[in-house]
Amino acid sequence: MASRAPQRPNNASPQGKICQFKLVLLGESAVGKSSLVLRFVKGQFHEYQESTIGAAFLTQTVCLQDTTVKFEIWDTAGQERYHSLAPMYYRGAQAAIVVYDITNQDTFARAKTWVKELQRQASPNIVIALAGNKSDLSNKRMVDHDEAAAYSDENGLLFMETSAKTAMHVNDIFLAIAEKLPKNDAGGTAANRPTSGVDITQGGGSNPQGGCCGRSQ
Amino acid sequence: MDEEYDVLILGTGLTECILSGLFSVEGKKVLHMDRNKYYGGAATSLCPLENLYEKFGKGSPPESMGRGRDWNVDLIPKFLMASGKLVQLLIHTNVTRYLQFKSVEGSYVLREGKINKLPSTAKEALGTSLFGLLEMRRFKNLLQYMAKYSAEDPTTHEGCPPTVPMTAVYDKFGVGSSSRDIIGHAISLHTTEDYLRLPCLETIKRVQLYYESISRYGSSPYLYPLYGLGELPQGFARLSAIYGGTYMLDKPIEKIEQVDGKIAVTSQGETVIGKMIVGDPSYFPDRVKKVGQVVRAICILSHPLPNTSDSLSCQIIFPQNQVKPPRRHDIFVCCVSYAHNVAGNGKFLAIVSTQVETSNPEAELQPALNYLGVIDEKFVEVSDLYEPKDDGKESKVFISKSYDASTHFESTCNDILDIYERVNGKEFKFGDPVNVETVCGE
Repeated sequence: MASRAPQRPNNASPQGKICQFKLVLLGESAVGKSSLVLRFVKGQFHEYQESTIGAAFLTQTVCLQDTTVKFEIWDTAGQERYHSLAPMYYRGAQAAIVVYDITNQDTFARAKTWVKELQRQASPNIVIALAGNKSDLSNKRMVDHDEAAAYSDENGLLFMETSAKTAMHVNDIFLAIAEKLPKNDAGGTAANRPTSGVDITQGGGSNPQGGCCGRSQ
Repeated sequence: MDEEYDVLILGTGLTECILSGLFSVEGKKVLHMDRNKYYGGAATSLCPLENLYEKFGKGSPPESMGRGRDWNVDLIPKFLMASGKLVQLLIHTNVTRYLQFKSVEGSYVLREGKINKLPSTAKEALGTSLFGLLEMRRFKNLLQYMAKYSAEDPTTHEGCPPTVPMTAVYDKFGVGSSSRDIIGHAISLHTTEDYLRLPCLETIKRVQLYYESISRYGSSPYLYPLYGLGELPQGFARLSAIYGGTYMLDKPIEKIEQVDGKIAVTSQGETVIGKMIVGDPSYFPDRVKKVGQVVRAICILSHPLPNTSDSLSCQIIFPQNQVKPPRRHDIFVCCVSYAHNVAGNGKFLAIVSTQVETSNPEAELQPALNYLGVIDEKFVEVSDLYEPKDDGKESKVFISKSYDASTHFESTCNDILDIYERVNGKEFKFGDPVNVETVCGE
């Protein structure tokens, strides 16, 4: 188990506007979805990460030149195992990382079906990144880098091979997503139907949301 | 699948998903299955719209309905009371973070053939045409009395202890039939006149809940989740999964047996064992009894309901003695729209429902349907209401009740908390909110 103090993925200080986006993780069990998030959010890696329990809603901020992008990250909570992910999971997601394990061809095939599922279920504007995880195990590689890259090109996906263990390309993939996300007022799917909601955890009063990238659907 | 679980749960309706979440949070090992491919069971929200047309054998939706994916059509119409038990459960479990709510814009009631807004503020009350000036004063005095009423404090009773029938309280304030209808049906949401003979405390508590709820967001006491009520079970299922609950959809259940004091469930040839089982009535046809029927008409409209100030969401109550012919149970209309991401652009969904009293249930809805204006399409369904024959304490089979005709979740929550108590042998306590971040170890 390696661990280091959590830090901002890049060191720029937050400035300008703040945009919040919902990002969902998808992929076969045990490809390292939770490990990627844990590395990105807390800078940690656990060799024997248990199947996801508990960690299912984390946030992390990425600072770009003039914008701060706050990711609200949804993990599958194991609901992918028996194909029981609820539509709620995809709802309003503005970004997704589909993860496979480069040492397991089946997980790559499965990743492709998740991409199709996203194209069917999620918003048409969703930014999808494909992550070939466990790149530290390249001596056991079963999925060809160029094949995955070509597939990503064809489908308009961002693509990187990552390692939650060594941290390689973990911050980069989130940064690439942050850069690709639309940050104007109509950014993301959420702002398509601007409405005001209520915050039921507060005592009362309406809580109009909106403006830049606000999750205001 | 060959392990033993603390609790097996069948059906992913709201009741089952909330219990699943509560049990998983407590550390119970839960396996939750549904025969359907989707979450929500009888209380799901159908998406896309094609599924609704298919379910009712109406072919495919016309082009005027827009994209099918924009629709999430509730099969059971209900709103959340802003201060009610479901909201407390949502806050307690932090499931609020997965959902977004909007306040329902208004609550209306039929009175002498006219749709009137229920006043939500003192100012609105002065302008209402629901009753005359004298009656208004009596109504106001009664509401003030009920707001202060406390079962434990006899000084607030003014001669009407909690056990006297509600009629005694009405008589004490000399209120007329209009006030009685409004308090009993539109505010306390009793569906029949039976409450008049029952202890007044229940009605007073309901009035207090109504006004507590209305004071939170203003125009009505009700909340509604964006994307439909089907989001609620999904949110609690996610909570359960986060705490280790296992979810399997599309699992036909072949056999449920009691073996050595445990429960064995067989699906697709595989058998799992649980210390107990919880499920909705549809999984236990031999263990439930029919207690009534509800008729519901899902209506698609291209306009807001007439006489509701163009509300994008509202409730209309048709008290039983205000419709012709008079009936025993009230008729309800729950209306939501494209503003809640449940209907195509510019479209409205009005669900009309009541408890069945005759052999022609659809005709029973007509007095309310007459007030909806042009109906683009109508889907009518009659559902049986079931209750378990036993409390499950002996059999370890805990069965929920069907979703009743009421338009909010209070009775559903009572059932949930009651099953919780029977399963655990202790009452559910609303404590500090569950904190998901704490659980993940940091």
